[in-house]
Amino acid sequence: MRLTCPFCGPRDRREFHYYGAADYLNRPGPEAAASAWDDYLHNRDNPAGVTQDLWYHEQGCAAWLKVTRNTVTHEILAVDAVAGGAA
Amino acid sequence: MRYSGLKVFTEGLLGNRGWKPVWRDPAPKASYDAVIIGGGGHGLATAYYLAKNHGLTNIAVLEKGYLGSGNIGRNTTIVRANYFLPGNSEFYSHSMKLWEGLEADLNYNVMHSQRGLINLFHSDGQRDAFARRGNAMINQGDDAILLDRDGVRELLPYLDFDNTRFPIYGGLLHPRGGTARHDAVAWGYARAADRRGVDLIQNCEVTGIDIANGRVTGVQTTRGAIRAAKVGMVVAGRSSQVAAMAGLRLPIESHILQAFVTEGLKPVIDHVISFGMGHFYISQSDKGGLVFGGDLDFYASYAARGNLPMVEHVMEAGMTLMPMIGRARVLRSWGGIMDMTPDGSPIIDKTPIDGLFIDAGWNYGGFKAVPASGFCMAHLMATGTSHPVAARFKLNRFATGHILDEEGTGSQHNLH
Repeated sequence: MRLTCPFCGPRDRREFHYYGAADYLNRPGPEAAASAWDDYLHNRDNPAGVTQDLWYHEQGCAAWLKVTRNTVTHEILAVDAVAGGAA
Repeated sequence: MRYSGLKVFTEGLLGNRGWKPVWRDPAPKASYDAVIIGGGGHGLATAYYLAKNHGLTNIAVLEKGYLGSGNIGRNTTIVRANYFLPGNSEFYSHSMKLWEGLEADLNYNVMHSQRGLINLFHSDGQRDAFARRGNAMINQGDDAILLDRDGVRELLPYLDFDNTRFPIYGGLLHPRGGTARHDAVAWGYARAADRRGVDLIQNCEVTGIDIANGRVTGVQTTRGAIRAAKVGMVVAGRSSQVAAMAGLRLPIESHILQAFVTEGLKPVIDHVISFGMGHFYISQSDKGGLVFGGDLDFYASYAARGNLPMVEHVMEAGMTLMPMIGRARVLRSWGGIMDMTPDGSPIIDKTPIDGLFIDAGWNYGGFKAVPASGFCMAHLMATGTSHPVAARFKLNRFATGHILDEEGTGSQHNLH
């Protein structure tokens, strides 16, 4: 598997650390109900198909990336930087 | 047909023409008292114990493929009861006791082999942690022996004891741990459930779960609608998709775990060995193949195949631990779909929908749990209350904070 980092170009999967579903971008506000935090931290759509998740270019430019990919085929559809509002 | 030595002998004399299919292939009925979605190890065991322990025989197992076509048919077959946390410890201990009586109970040879499992440690701190784990296992009534370096060397002389990064300090031996023939477990439970009248329905995919006024009323399938007042979801890596049919969103992320088998070799590895620091574990099948694996690929996936970095990592770890296997040729590898929970422990619980139950989240350790999982899921579906040894496997424990984090790494999806 290769991810095309928007800053570094195509790089091997070994350079990246998987963090989890892109749900982690939707952090509840401090006043949110406990159930919102449970959803944010634990509950997942976990789709068999297209998903979005967060990867860290650990051995590259250290950017956080939002990757759109297919969990059934491992096809990478898009890689966007989280910083800068590409979300 | 009951299996016996005499039966094998007489069939041998008569050209083996008397063997019959060991389970029926029934068409689904319009209604059952209960249906179980998923004809894998856990689902078949649930059906068996519903019939055996609770007298429920008007039940069906619905399997979208063939029986045992998921992880029960492809895994590294390890059976152990070496858990530490209250909640896990009594459950896996119960499972071990069921394993020890399983072949007599099912009248089926599952090739359960208590060859002993050795977890290696590589530092003083890890030794202390393993000593504590061993004490917890003994307190639970199971067995554990803390081996020093010489003790490990006596059993496993072929390991590299002087590796610079991970010198072997000793190991925790769990003599009752071992392996079993994985698909024989599925076949044994299937046959035993069928003999008690359970309908095992293959090529029957559930496409919807019917709910009225907060109660489950049945399921829609590719072979028609089936009414049932109780429905159990026992579908491992596909739990999120099946639960979504009932409008539920689970604390589960599906990941890949790869495993590998070499060509058949003469007996060389007598135990199950785990090298946790290197992410590697190995045993030898009765056929002679070295069966080994490592850690998850660590990204959500349903591909049922992994990527090369983890293949390399597992091979490197194996060579680090036991250089003698370097000439063995790998025959095949595969990737299973693991239903990972944030804390690495399973779920056997009711759902917010009356009559709908879930058995899921087995992470990468579902095989050894098959007997107790079926036993406890059957208890829950029949009585409506959790079995005492599975009482902490709650669906809502992440919301309430009652997590079961055996590894002690945290309750988050990318940590187990």
